Amino acid sequence: MKLTDSRIITAPRSVVWSALMSVDVLKACVPGCREMQGTAEEGFEATVVQKVGPVKATFRGLVTLSNMFEPESLTLSGEGKGGPAGFAKGGADIKLEETPEGTKLTYEVEANVGGKLAQLGSRVIDGFAKKMADQFFERFKTEVEESVDDPESESGASAPDRQAMSEEATRNGGQAKKSWFAWLKNLFGR
Amino acid sequence: MPADGGIGAATIRREDVRFLTGTGKYTDDINIHGQAHVHFLRSEIAHGKIKGLDKASAEQMPGVLKIFTSDDFAEVGGLPCGWQVTDRHGEAMQEPAHPILASGKVRHVGEPIAAVVAESREQAQDAAEAISVDIEELPAVVDMPGALEDSAPKVHDDLTSNLCYDWGFVEENREAVDEAIRNAAHVTTLELRNNRLVANPMEPRVAVGDYTSASGDSTLYTTSQNPHVIRLLMGAFVLGIPEHKLRVVAPDVGGGFGAKIFHYAEEAFCTFAAKNLGRAVKWTSTRSEAFMSDAHGRDHVTKIDLALDAENNFTAIRTETHANMGAYLSTFAPSVPTWLHGTLMAGNYKTPLVYVNVKAVFTNTVPVDAYRGAGRPEATFQLERVIDKAARELGADPIALRRQNFITEFPYATPVALEYDTGNYVATMDRLEDMADLAGFESRLAESRERGMLRGLGVNCYIEACGIAPSSLVGQLGARAGLYESATVRVNATGGLVVMTGSHSHGQGHETAFPQVVADMLGIDAGMVEVVHGDTANTPMGMGTYGSRSLAVGGSALVRATEKIISKAKRIAAHLMEASEADIELGGGQFSVAGTDKSVAWGDVCLAAYVPHNYPLEDLEPGLEETAFYDPSNFTYPAGAYACEVEVDPETGKVSIERFSAADDFGNVVNPMIVEGQVHGGLAQGIGQALLEDCVYDENGQLLTGSYMDYAMPRADDVPFYAVDHSCQTPCTHNPLGVKGCGEAGAIGSPPAVVNAVIDALQRAGHDVEHIDMPVSPSRVWHAMQG
Repeated sequence: MKLTDSRIITAPRSVVWSALMSVDVLKACVPGCREMQGTAEEGFEATVVQKVGPVKATFRGLVTLSNMFEPESLTLSGEGKGGPAGFAKGGADIKLEETPEGTKLTYEVEANVGGKLAQLGSRVIDGFAKKMADQFFERFKTEVEESVDDPESESGASAPDRQAMSEEATRNGGQAKKSWFAWLKNLFGR
Repeated sequence: MPADGGIGAATIRREDVRFLTGTGKYTDDINIHGQAHVHFLRSEIAHGKIKGLDKASAEQMPGVLKIFTSDDFAEVGGLPCGWQVTDRHGEAMQEPAHPILASGKVRHVGEPIAAVVAESREQAQDAAEAISVDIEELPAVVDMPGALEDSAPKVHDDLTSNLCYDWGFVEENREAVDEAIRNAAHVTTLELRNNRLVANPMEPRVAVGDYTSASGDSTLYTTSQNPHVIRLLMGAFVLGIPEHKLRVVAPDVGGGFGAKIFHYAEEAFCTFAAKNLGRAVKWTSTRSEAFMSDAHGRDHVTKIDLALDAENNFTAIRTETHANMGAYLSTFAPSVPTWLHGTLMAGNYKTPLVYVNVKAVFTNTVPVDAYRGAGRPEATFQLERVIDKAARELGADPIALRRQNFITEFPYATPVALEYDTGNYVATMDRLEDMADLAGFESRLAESRERGMLRGLGVNCYIEACGIAPSSLVGQLGARAGLYESATVRVNATGGLVVMTGSHSHGQGHETAFPQVVADMLGIDAGMVEVVHGDTANTPMGMGTYGSRSLAVGGSALVRATEKIISKAKRIAAHLMEASEADIELGGGQFSVAGTDKSVAWGDVCLAAYVPHNYPLEDLEPGLEETAFYDPSNFTYPAGAYACEVEVDPETGKVSIERFSAADDFGNVVNPMIVEGQVHGGLAQGIGQALLEDCVYDENGQLLTGSYMDYAMPRADDVPFYAVDHSCQTPCTHNPLGVKGCGEAGAIGSPPAVVNAVIDALQRAGHDVEHIDMPVSPSRVWHAMQG
């Protein structure tokens, strides 16, 4: 199953992008996350406690960022092993577009489960994945918007930086980048 | 003949007293002093390379005795396959190694990777969680035609492809069949799937291995339908234990339905580990494990063509099937889609030309093997569905079309190698039309319509080959075992008897039916006869119970052994009465001299045999015990006609079975109550397949139906009150009891009746629906109605 949804985040795209790179933001946003460590480059090690259908488990695994085309798109993927409960894998292809209100974040989420989770809980996986994605992006939106309102926040860029970035984006218009993307997309046939 | 306990009496099942009062002794009830427990760490990945396994911290956990991996089994054989199929081109099937514990790769969800033996089951389970296995996931092969594409990942890297075999039968008829289809006045084609099923016996599998170091004897207690077969396979091919040092006991077994025929890794493991550790080792499957380690059933994808001439005579049948083998070859898996399926494609009809092609395919799923009916339900379903479709296309009455094409003369040699010894398909159809009140269907239809419900009628026939079978024949067909059966009849000094049978009862009622046979022959009370089965230490070598063979083959061995007893007892009686042996008659438990009033009682003869004070010792051994092995000359061919009436809710697509009638010809019947129970159980399983049951994998090879929350078993309110009849009896011509077997008929004959009825209901309501795959669930029916 793939499910697609979007959120308007009232923050500049560069701020949204850097929030996606932040271990603290991700930790705050992943539902049931107990621990998260690491970096965007190396990946984040996470511990998440979740109940999927009849199976409650502690999942330990890695969250990685890939297909990174700053500041437009990336893929967020996670794989967690829940011991005897089996495993869960999920990914979200995220696109960021500038809009008059701020940034439009579009995501396409896919979730897979294995082992006992598949055997006992497969019928609830779609609903579970939707709930997890909704919660994650809702929290993420709140987190980013709050950080913009609070310039001291670690994950938010300072106001002058935001101004500068925004100007740069307008100046380049993303025009050069867009054609470069088009070339890449053709190359990979996506 | 004792009226209440001989052949034909509906004797109450004596074994039910212990089954119904909780006093049965099942394998899980067996606990051996000092036993340890094993928990298997099973793969949760369908296909992957095992890159590492770290058990160091698990080994330090409380209670852990040893953690076994494939390395521990380097010197041991893998699980053997008991049947070799030769393909269309004369080549042997591809036969992959089948390790006890996964070696190098995992190939299906549920495959055991490591085995933790600990003091308690919970400790073993905890330690298994501490084992870390590094598996590099590989793309899984799930879809069958897709598995044969060049680009498909290979389940077994050392095989040339995922094709186990490409079987053609009868290969010489291939072109003639193609030509007949090209030249036919009408050809009906149907593509369908025979859904994958999980056997789900009430009792999950259990194994307890024990080892006596002083004598070097191994014992395995296991939930098996055939302990002698397990002893032979495990002893000779896996563990290298000679049969005199290995005892296999299958005590009370709570249902098998085929899934307990096969030799499983857990049995070999417990036997091996008991010797390795010097401790008894026990494993009890959880229901979750059963879903992913018991062999599954069915899973065929088929295209069938039926050719007819201008007068609606069947002229040719061509069928192409992809049969799922799963990841490994289970013990008898190759035989199911071939010899148990292709040979039945003639059905009850005199179609002169038949060609069956079967491609058996490896996939990353649990191995598939025989399940109640095994191959014959798959044959019956496609044939009886395509005939129904043909009748509709031709505007013919489906019953009349069948009747027109019935085989009516016996013996009849089919174009697919069988010789039906006897049968009367017209009689069973006549009986069915009567008992199902087909004449009253129209008024029931009108009544349903008044309530806003759709109603449909489905009828079909079936034939099966069972009582398997002649060893010489199955040997030619690739069986790596014989298929005789055995019985020892031991008469005790005071006249009671013990029957030791090589077949096995796991619900069939041997303990009641076998004494009825002996009692009938000797003219004594059935209560004087006790049945022993399930222990290789005290029963003669036998091939076990499956394929509706216990009475037809095992019962025939019992008849032969009892005949030997009678023969010897007559000689003893002749001596006691100083008469000629030829003049001795046996009746009512008395030996008498013909034409005189001289007689001795059964008990006196038995006593004389064991207290031979007055006994012809110079030409007769003392004692009264005889053994017989029986190898039949042919299969038996039960057949019948079934009718199903359904109501379909047009709003929801829900199907409810309103009437179900089964007219069976099982030949002679020993215990009609047991036969009726067998038919009821078979019908419930067939209706379960038709309406509810489906084993589903996702595209990654994850088992999605791993519990009763997702795998729908039939419940009491899913099935109707059945009308069951077996008064049409054409006795088998080649076994001494004239019996044919009844264990699988219900499961073989019922799925097409149900689907035919659903399609009929939709067609009568104006929906142009030609086929719906099983299970015919509300959502499938609803979608079909929406076009």
